[in-house]
Amino acid sequence: MSVRTFQSIAVMGFLLLVAATTLAPLLWMVSASLMPSGQANTFPPPFIPREITLDQYVGLFTRLDLGRNLLNSILLSVAVTVVSLAVNSMAGYAFAKYRFKGKQQLFKLLIASMIIPAQVTMLPLFLMLNKMGLINTYFGVIIPGMASIFGIFLIRQYALSISDSLIEAARIDGAGDFRIYWSVILPLCKPILITLAIFTFMGTWNDFLWPLIVMTDASMYTLPVALAGLVGEHVQDTELMMAGSVMTVLPVLVVFAAVQKYYIAGIMAGSVKE
Amino acid sequence: MTTVRVLRRALHGLTVAASIIFAGCARTPGDGVEIHFWALGAEGENVQQLLPEFERRNPGIHVRLHAIPWTAAHEKLLTAYAGNSMPDVFQLGNTWIPEFLILHAIEPLDTLVAQSTVVRSDAYFAGIWETNTHEGRLFGVPWYVDTRVLFYRTDIVERAGFSRPPRTWAEWDSLCRRIVESGGPDEHFAMLLPTTEWAPPVILGLQTGSGLLKDQGCYGDFSGPQFQKAFTFYTDFFRRKYAPVGQTKVINLYQSFAEGYFAMYITGPWNIGEFRRRMPPELQDKWMTAPLPGPEEGKPGASLAGGSSLAIASSSRSKDAAWRLVEFLSEPAQQLVFYRLTGDLPARREPWSDTTFTNNPYARAFYTQLNTVMAPPKIPQWEQIAMKVQDYAEIASRETMSPRDALSALDRDVNVILEKRRWMMHAH
Amino acid sequence: MHTDSRTRALVLFLGPALAAIGLFFFVPVLAAFVMSFTDFDIYSLGDLRYARFVGVRNYLQLFEDPLFWKALWNTLYFLVAGGPLSIAVSLGAAVLLQSKLVRCRSFFRFVYFAPVVTTLVAVAIVWRFIYHPRFGVLNFFLSLLGVTMIDWLGDPHWAMPAIIILAVWKNFGYNMIIFIAGLQNIPASLYEAASIDGAGPWQRFTKITLPMLAPTTVFITIITMIGYFQLFAEPYVMTQGGPLNSTLSIVLLMYQQGFRWWNMGYSAAIAFVLFACILVASIVQTQLQGRGGE
Repeated sequence: MSVRTFQSIAVMGFLLLVAATTLAPLLWMVSASLMPSGQANTFPPPFIPREITLDQYVGLFTRLDLGRNLLNSILLSVAVTVVSLAVNSMAGYAFAKYRFKGKQQLFKLLIASMIIPAQVTMLPLFLMLNKMGLINTYFGVIIPGMASIFGIFLIRQYALSISDSLIEAARIDGAGDFRIYWSVILPLCKPILITLAIFTFMGTWNDFLWPLIVMTDASMYTLPVALAGLVGEHVQDTELMMAGSVMTVLPVLVVFAAVQKYYIAGIMAGSVKE
Repeated sequence: MTTVRVLRRALHGLTVAASIIFAGCARTPGDGVEIHFWALGAEGENVQQLLPEFERRNPGIHVRLHAIPWTAAHEKLLTAYAGNSMPDVFQLGNTWIPEFLILHAIEPLDTLVAQSTVVRSDAYFAGIWETNTHEGRLFGVPWYVDTRVLFYRTDIVERAGFSRPPRTWAEWDSLCRRIVESGGPDEHFAMLLPTTEWAPPVILGLQTGSGLLKDQGCYGDFSGPQFQKAFTFYTDFFRRKYAPVGQTKVINLYQSFAEGYFAMYITGPWNIGEFRRRMPPELQDKWMTAPLPGPEEGKPGASLAGGSSLAIASSSRSKDAAWRLVEFLSEPAQQLVFYRLTGDLPARREPWSDTTFTNNPYARAFYTQLNTVMAPPKIPQWEQIAMKVQDYAEIASRETMSPRDALSALDRDVNVILEKRRWMMHAH
Repeated sequence: MHTDSRTRALVLFLGPALAAIGLFFFVPVLAAFVMSFTDFDIYSLGDLRYARFVGVRNYLQLFEDPLFWKALWNTLYFLVAGGPLSIAVSLGAAVLLQSKLVRCRSFFRFVYFAPVVTTLVAVAIVWRFIYHPRFGVLNFFLSLLGVTMIDWLGDPHWAMPAIIILAVWKNFGYNMIIFIAGLQNIPASLYEAASIDGAGPWQRFTKITLPMLAPTTVFITIITMIGYFQLFAEPYVMTQGGPLNSTLSIVLLMYQQGFRWWNMGYSAAIAFVLFACILVASIVQTQLQGRGGE
């Protein structure tokens, strides 16, 4: 009994230590963002602000005008999520429940091409979007994010488990194809749709390389791109940069905290092998 | 069908939402013209304050200003060119002009200048004006000038037994030795030579008379004897421990300068304002600027002809309005106001006789230095070559390669970069 | 009639996705391949006559470019040192969390996972300050342990380890979740039987847990490897590839060549070398797994 208690305390202690280490950078970020300018660059490094100030956050919106970038990030993440959810769910459903020639081969080709790193496509994609006049526009980010093979895969796996008899019953009731998709399939797929929505939202929010390339104008930057641009200019202003980081990280952390369950379910679903 | 309509409606809704959301930001005047103006870094943050006066004087013109961070500026301008989204007027570093020239991205300004009562070539520093010309034609109007001089701590230099800043390389070297040998904070150096800056090695090379490139800019000349001499002098700062290797230790260079971690730094005019603002009060009378030392006795050391110009994009549809803005920003009075805002030195000579400058001891060194400035090679690949110089300067500073080996490797890399230029010069 | 409407529906369902993937993924992949045999650059953008077909010259030039080898070496270093380390940490965390001794499991799971969802750029900025040699929190703690100042991001020997530490911190939660899923699939009866046979915790771990997790481990190894090959934002934000190019990665080199200097042909060649590396490494991984399974 006492051995077990001892073990339990040891394990818990260790886990707490790891938890503290994991959280420390995030906590320090928040703490430094509340310090007046210059306080973080002293020795020994202060962990808690001597006095709390919101000056840095005010500075983000007045001096750096990051409000616009925040808006860009929100708008783009929501738009990509909505559009890609529609596109991927239709395709995933079709792959799961429709029979057509070459389906298996097509699906295998898509899955296999997931190994091609996105970086390969970026140069020609840039030139193409340029010809279409979409560089430095919201569509420059939305269009390449419209469909994702991973999203199609996720939906297909889930839709496979839906019983054919449900679809048949709806068909007998006189429902058309789109109606079946809309009123039968989508409601049944709700959990995986939520999962995919979170993945897409966070992926777009956190994305860096592509918006960095496509958005040429500071007023079109997403938050991460704007933030990376500021590192060069404001490297002396530790506290200000921390406030910018908080503003970038906080929304995704909040979303994650709210819908943890779906997110984790998604990772597990993605890792299930054929 | 329905799906497509849903999708289309969703996309349409989005665009509408976007335009509603941003309608507040984009003031589109019904009749007048709107010109887009890109300015970089601190200039971008400050020039805003000059614009209301311009708009008051030119009621039909509205200026939309975008501030681009310096670190991303070069990339962003080229991307904008590639993406057909160039602004009407923009600030560009004058070493970038050749690049935009060959792309036909900037407009020649000769006819506009010929008619102008404001912009006249004889009002500007000759070396600076020259950097904006190509084969006798003008492509940018110098906005402010930038050259590098020596910032130093007067108290530390005096303590090392020098009554004045060094004028020759020999004096510079012995001053460094004495500073390092004399006491101070535990770890201290004489110089700061950040390896993220290509200017110091390039300036030393220009001082020894190296052309940096040879054969009409088709091959590197970094292994040539002149640059060799300059580069050895540069790496000696590190080898003799006069300058710290690596630079992350001085993330806050003002703090480090105040602590006496280093006593000299080669930098530009923007730092006059920064040093004044960030140095503690007790050190305010303990720093000064001086023209750069030269390799030979009795000859002033050259420095870099830098700064920014204002250029007009060939793609602009409002070139007249754009030129009005260029003229406005070039007025001596506006140059003075801009100097007060940013600390950027005027490209014209008139403002320098204003009391703002005659009473500013830190500006004197710059005025002197501006009469001895040289431009780096005017070829489009210069930025890329400068980054290579920086790379190999860092390698040599850490002694992972001897200066000689580093320079021949540098020439090899530079010649690869220039392959396209050689082809284009022979084929066209 | 009936099949006709189903076909039409199929086209409507699949059309948008396939068109988007075809147009914005497969076409660019092919275009990039062609581009890698040209010297397409900023001049060609202005005037297509300034582009030439150069055959395999970009690839040959790449293999002669010391910077490319440096970038490849750095990327492999990151992969070989950082990959196993992060997988080991994930496995350790998963096994401990699944232990019967643990309370508040979901709390720990949340905390360990939190870094995964954070924005890489933002946390890279945070870590940049944590690594500051004089005012950074990390060196402060190390100094309490008697370790002298390390110039994390300024010393070419330490910069990559610094980035690896950040990557492990950022990523271990993700694989931990997959490991937990794998652990939950191991029948409890196996452990009970082993306990009856007198196997200790370590033996149970090596004789049951590890073999049973083998398929999960292979999966994790492959996705981790693919992700780590694409190292970009950390060095872009924290070191710009320095010092001495010690953190220059393949993707960063590709970005610099392509979008900074606009040597797009050369950059496309780099992208395909990256693809080839990922392909070869994945095949090797699956082959090893196949042999191990037999």
